[in-house]
Amino acid sequence: MAVDLDDWDRAILRVLLDDGGLGAKAVAAAVGMSQPAVWRRMRALETAGVIAGRRVTVDRAARGYGVTVVLGVKLAGRGRAGPAEFERAVLAIPEVQLVQHVLGVYDYRLRVVARDIADFERVLRRRIMTLPGVGEIESNVVLSERERPPPL
Amino acid sequence: MLDDTDRRLLRLLQADAAQTKAELAAAAGLSPAAAWRRVERLGARGVLAGRQVVLDPRALGFEVQVFLRVNLDKTAPNAFDAFIDAAWRIPHVTAIQTLLGRVDIRMDVVARDLAHYQEVYQTRILELPHIADIEALMLVAELKNSVAVPV
Repeated sequence: MAVDLDDWDRAILRVLLDDGGLGAKAVAAAVGMSQPAVWRRMRALETAGVIAGRRVTVDRAARGYGVTVVLGVKLAGRGRAGPAEFERAVLAIPEVQLVQHVLGVYDYRLRVVARDIADFERVLRRRIMTLPGVGEIESNVVLSERERPPPL
Repeated sequence: MLDDTDRRLLRLLQADAAQTKAELAAAAGLSPAAAWRRVERLGARGVLAGRQVVLDPRALGFEVQVFLRVNLDKTAPNAFDAFIDAAWRIPHVTAIQTLLGRVDIRMDVVARDLAHYQEVYQTRILELPHIADIEALMLVAELKNSVAVPV
């Protein structure tokens, strides 16, 4: 499953991680390679799944989403709705950005965006706590965060 | 302020950032030139904050992803700063959040396999300063991972 990257691939990925909007021409100029060669490599990285997708970020604060909360969710025990129902319902909530099935003290990890704490409470009570099969929920408000790609 | 057309463009871009200008314009019911002018303006105003490529850790050879929930010994002065500075020096740590709630810190760790994770955990993570308690969740499947906000 893992793909062998060479130094050129890594250079291309670093440029794209800096600005994902760049096309083959700009990337080629940045890494010092011909445009067709860079285009072929970008295509290959996408086909191999190393570049899994592209996304835009909308300035959350400017759109009024000031609060991010990470939730740990445990499903209730026997006789309740199964994971498939829970998953279908949770994926339909627009404020839920992240859904991960995990092993450990919780069954699922969620990330929820909200306008403020009152808005989060509304999402939690009306949408999350009413999900089929949901048991225990733990909420932690994100105060700060930093992210980076896996080591290349 | 954004009008309905701006919001439609943002929704379309958040749903599929890889679409061509022509596809985006057609989906929004605009001419390509008009669509692009609006997208440029959203960028200039900072509403559209950036474009990213999303890498798949598995394709890069990281089969294991673990989320650590860490509580710190808050009696130590500067526990948060010291912990975060040291943790960010571990290249396999790909995210760190400070939290308000039952847990102080969350961090994401990638590893090639379980043996490699064990090595990173024992030789790097457990050496971090001011850990009072640590708990691990292991990723089984990621069903959704988006930065989209409702617009």
